[in-house]
Amino acid sequence: MDFIIQNILNALQWGSFYALIALGYTLVYGVLRLINFAHGDIFMVGAYISFFVAGFLLKPALGLSPAMTFVITVPLTMALTSIVGVTLERIAYRPLRHKGAHRLYVVITALMCGLILEYSNLAVLGASRLKFPELLEKQIWNLGGITLTNLKVLVIVTAIVVFLFLQWVVTKTRIGMAMRGISYDKFAIPLMGIPIDTIIVFTFILGSAFAGLAGLLFAMSYPVLEPFMGMLIGWKAFIAAVVGGIGDIKGAFVGGFLLGFIEVGVVTVFPSTYRDLFAFTILLLILWMKPTGLFGMPQSTKI
Amino acid sequence: MRRFLTTLLMTTVAMMLAIPAMAADTIKIGFNIPLTGDIPEVGEGSKNAAEMYLADINGAGGLDVGGKKYKLEFIYMDNESKAESAVNAALKLIEQEEVVAIIGPNSSKQAVPAGGTCNDNRVPMISPWSTNPDTTKDRPWVFRAAFLDPFQGPVVADFAAKKFGAKTAAVLFDISNDYSKGLAEIFKSSWEAKGLGPVVAFESHGTKDQDFSAQLTTIIATKPDFIFIPDNYNQVALIVQQARDLGYKGPFMGSDAWGTPDLIKLCGEQCYGQYFSTHYAAAGAVGATKVFIDRYMEKYGAEPADYAALTWDSIGLLVEGIKNAGKVDSNPREMRQAIRDGLSAIKSFDGITGSSKFDEQGDPIKCAVIVKISDEGKFVFEESVCP
Repeated sequence: MDFIIQNILNALQWGSFYALIALGYTLVYGVLRLINFAHGDIFMVGAYISFFVAGFLLKPALGLSPAMTFVITVPLTMALTSIVGVTLERIAYRPLRHKGAHRLYVVITALMCGLILEYSNLAVLGASRLKFPELLEKQIWNLGGITLTNLKVLVIVTAIVVFLFLQWVVTKTRIGMAMRGISYDKFAIPLMGIPIDTIIVFTFILGSAFAGLAGLLFAMSYPVLEPFMGMLIGWKAFIAAVVGGIGDIKGAFVGGFLLGFIEVGVVTVFPSTYRDLFAFTILLLILWMKPTGLFGMPQSTKI
Repeated sequence: MRRFLTTLLMTTVAMMLAIPAMAADTIKIGFNIPLTGDIPEVGEGSKNAAEMYLADINGAGGLDVGGKKYKLEFIYMDNESKAESAVNAALKLIEQEEVVAIIGPNSSKQAVPAGGTCNDNRVPMISPWSTNPDTTKDRPWVFRAAFLDPFQGPVVADFAAKKFGAKTAAVLFDISNDYSKGLAEIFKSSWEAKGLGPVVAFESHGTKDQDFSAQLTTIIATKPDFIFIPDNYNQVALIVQQARDLGYKGPFMGSDAWGTPDLIKLCGEQCYGQYFSTHYAAAGAVGATKVFIDRYMEKYGAEPADYAALTWDSIGLLVEGIKNAGKVDSNPREMRQAIRDGLSAIKSFDGITGSSKFDEQGDPIKCAVIVKISDEGKFVFEESVCP
């Protein structure tokens, strides 16, 4: 029994990262119908930004405690990562959109932007791994055979809070209404006096900021950073978002955790080589039965 | 104008003729090393050692073969630490650069496939660091400078049984890495052959994995006396930390892939006090080994890891092979054949990683070292095990 509960906790932590990244995919897709393939790499950039921010704040000259550093690193990382996300939108996606390019070209541009981020990182920082400093003093709690760290709890709670926050923004606020409006009809919305570009920038800010947060938490949980760390996890999170029903906040959240549970579940029973085989077969079956994903609706308002 | 053109043409022809003539005075050697990818530190260290060797030889006017001095030329090719790229890098070195011999790849994951390529193309290859038997097995053109896993596996098992008084063992290995998988299997059979107790958990993961919590939960539930991790240093850092987070308090045991300075950078205090088997220990070295370490430290500001020392020895072996060949042929095919024959004529070799004898497969028989990671993050000599 302990064994099962322990693995449920493992899956919750791993799924949290998928969920956090999948939320970013789904937000942008929901508004723009654009698969932002650079999102996984924005997550990677977020992890690196947090590394440099934390490294800077931990300098003895500033005299900050690690916990205080963490408190300052969170908003700073989110802000800086969202600048990267918005820059991508500004220099890569917006010009294409204004020229009326087909969505396919924008998706290819997004793929290229991701590769540019990866390889510019490789060129500037080299292939050597970086070690993320310890920000929170680790506490390991042992509850009758089940071990839990404060970091694990923080990751899971953050994923849930971010989900609730985004759900609230999209369904309950005026700006969320505008986002849904753009998703519904991109041509009629400007006629209503809604600044479409501003709303899109806001969407990118939201998505990238939470990718940055995910990057920070990921770097704290798995403190070895490398330029390609965002690629695989980004693709998998995208698949999770599709299975959940891309464009739907709830879908991304559920899809992320579902993938986390399947992966950890398969590895506990079978050799690790079967993990991706089983995980994606199950996801394929879900899509086969429900092509729009668990929560997706065909041809209606996304997000 | 016409005269000018004639002169130009003649100069061009003369230059074209001169280039092969010049090339005959140099011996081209290729390096198939991981400068990027999962283990960039390994490629860097190998390249550093090679540059040092090159400066020595060429500084002395070149390599003396059959009474004539030849300059060496080293060509470094990045294999991105991937199996398929290692094959491509080998082919590029053979076909485009026309090297007469190849040093590397280091890791068995790349050395096993690249060894096949070199053997098929009849190019001598020396892997400095590969310990998997398949690298040289039934490949007359492939040699190595490191000991083999069938030797390393029992060394680790014996040491753990003695040091930790262990009865049960658990293994976590990278299933997509020939080195890790091969060593894990050899360790398992040699542990079970000891009859102390079973290998209670034998779990695997993939190369790009970052989360090992599911495997570690399974391992910890079986309560092993120690965990053997024959993995690359970047994964070791994550595995050790996650095992501790899941409440594991026992010791870890590692293999020669642990031995990089980056292990300490990435793993930090959590790896202190653990043991691993390796090819040599920098601390407490004497003689030629110490001279090498001091020079390397002076030049690059860091202690050379085992793969740097083994690369040095591999070049030494190759130089020995070229000297045995006794002549330099401008035809790369002839030269490759001569070097291969020269290499297989080597019966014993005194290198900076110890002296070795060669068996009929071209594999060295040499001693292994067990190293402890001290509380200052240094690799300290614990004991030496000889076959």
